[in-house]
Amino acid sequence: MMPELGKYAVEVTAAYAVSLLLLAVIILWTVMRARRVKAELDAAEARAGKEAMDA
Amino acid sequence: MIAVLRRDLALALRSGGGFGLGLAFFFVVVVLTPFAVGPDQGKLQIVAVGILWIGALLAALLTLDRVFALDWEDGTLEQLALSGLPLESVVMAKAAVHWITTGAVLTVLAPALGVLLNLAPGGYWPLGLSLLLGTPALSLIGTFGAALTVGIKRGGLLLSLLVLPLYVPTLILGAEAARRGAAGLAYETPLILLAALSLGAIAALPFAGAAALKVTLR
Amino acid sequence: MSIWEYANPRAFMGWTGKALPLIWGLGIGLTVLGLVWGYFFTGDDFRMGSTVKIIYLHVPSALMAINGYFLMFVASLIWLIRRHHVSALVAKAAAPIGLTMTLIALATGAIWGQPMWGTWWVWDPRLTSFLILCLFYMGYIALWESVSDQDLAADLTSILAMVGSVFAVLSRYAVQFWNQGLHQGTSVPVVTGERSVDDIYFIPLAVSMAGFFFLFLALTLVRARAEVRARRLGVLIRREQMA
Repeated sequence: MMPELGKYAVEVTAAYAVSLLLLAVIILWTVMRARRVKAELDAAEARAGKEAMDA
Repeated sequence: MIAVLRRDLALALRSGGGFGLGLAFFFVVVVLTPFAVGPDQGKLQIVAVGILWIGALLAALLTLDRVFALDWEDGTLEQLALSGLPLESVVMAKAAVHWITTGAVLTVLAPALGVLLNLAPGGYWPLGLSLLLGTPALSLIGTFGAALTVGIKRGGLLLSLLVLPLYVPTLILGAEAARRGAAGLAYETPLILLAALSLGAIAALPFAGAAALKVTLR
Repeated sequence: MSIWEYANPRAFMGWTGKALPLIWGLGIGLTVLGLVWGYFFTGDDFRMGSTVKIIYLHVPSALMAINGYFLMFVASLIWLIRRHHVSALVAKAAAPIGLTMTLIALATGAIWGQPMWGTWWVWDPRLTSFLILCLFYMGYIALWESVSDQDLAADLTSILAMVGSVFAVLSRYAVQFWNQGLHQGTSVPVVTGERSVDDIYFIPLAVSMAGFFFLFLALTLVRARAEVRARRLGVLIRREQMA
């Protein structure tokens, strides 16, 4: 169901493609960094908690 | 403050490195331009003002990372901070030395090099005036950038990136004044705005630079 | 209870954790709705043809690029005055998102300019201002990256944001002085309450603007949360090394 875009179809679609790509990159980067930091922090918290119990 | 200014000026003149470097760079840019653009006198006349201003700006930029670097490395900067002299004065003195060794000399040199680029006869005064009024702003903005990046290893590249957008208004107004003058138009308006920019920079940026130094020295 | 309570790191993690699903939903939902509406279900403009559809990307991203800078300025100011760590981290978090928005605005503008103005780029005041904005963002991010001590970096970048904001305003007027411009006036003049855009275009545009706003908010909060955790992680690792 492509809409009728006339002679500027390439430009309009390219604009949407470029923008969505950039948005996808920043979203993925943000979410992945957030997950990694959270996982590392949880691991470190677990280690710290264990040491506290050993002591 | 005068003592700091004298000392730095003497150091700059004696070591020669930073002092000559900016001037040599300015000279190289101007001399090489005709080889790149072509020897056509009319074309050169069009780009002359722009090249001279860009050359001055880049020459100022090139010498910026030396403003605080040596004093930071050997601990002089910390001594200055402890000496009771306000850091604002130190920043002001550093900017003044930077201006005397680059801006002032470039202002004198630029009209002479204008001959090489076939600058329009009416353009010499506006060019000299715009450089005289604009280069203090370049030195102060640059000193602020240098104060921000003193503590950073290999801060030179970062310094250029930070200072680049800050230089835009000065370049626009300065080159506009000189261009209008070269074209025989009235150039007072951009010149006055440029002077206002420089005075504003002199009034405000030493405080911002000192704030940055205080943070780094903490 | 004072408003600053929300800036306490623990409270910040608490309320953002609860609010984020809603903000994410609004951001993605409204953006998708606005863009799908704009791309598939709006008519062509009499003069611009279908390129008018680029407005649903261009205007919201430009809006958030400027608001993002404003957010950075306010957050930096709060950090300098009240020393709330979360505030500095929000400023840090907003910068890469603002840069992305600036890039989207520049890219869609160039793609629109090619058929309409016959060139990808003109040195028009608005375009030039955005290029300068892009450089500001890059310098700001680079300064954050190159200082390892976080408090020191927060102070230095805040000072840069203060001075940079003054120069951003100066640049805007200097650039207008330098060149008059091809770019049309603002599409949504808030002050006068009028609209130069018809309702058929305006409603999906408004939806898309709201979507970009919430998307920006969600991304900023997620990044700020990651920064808060990264700080805590740094403390724990230092403690482990000392033990």
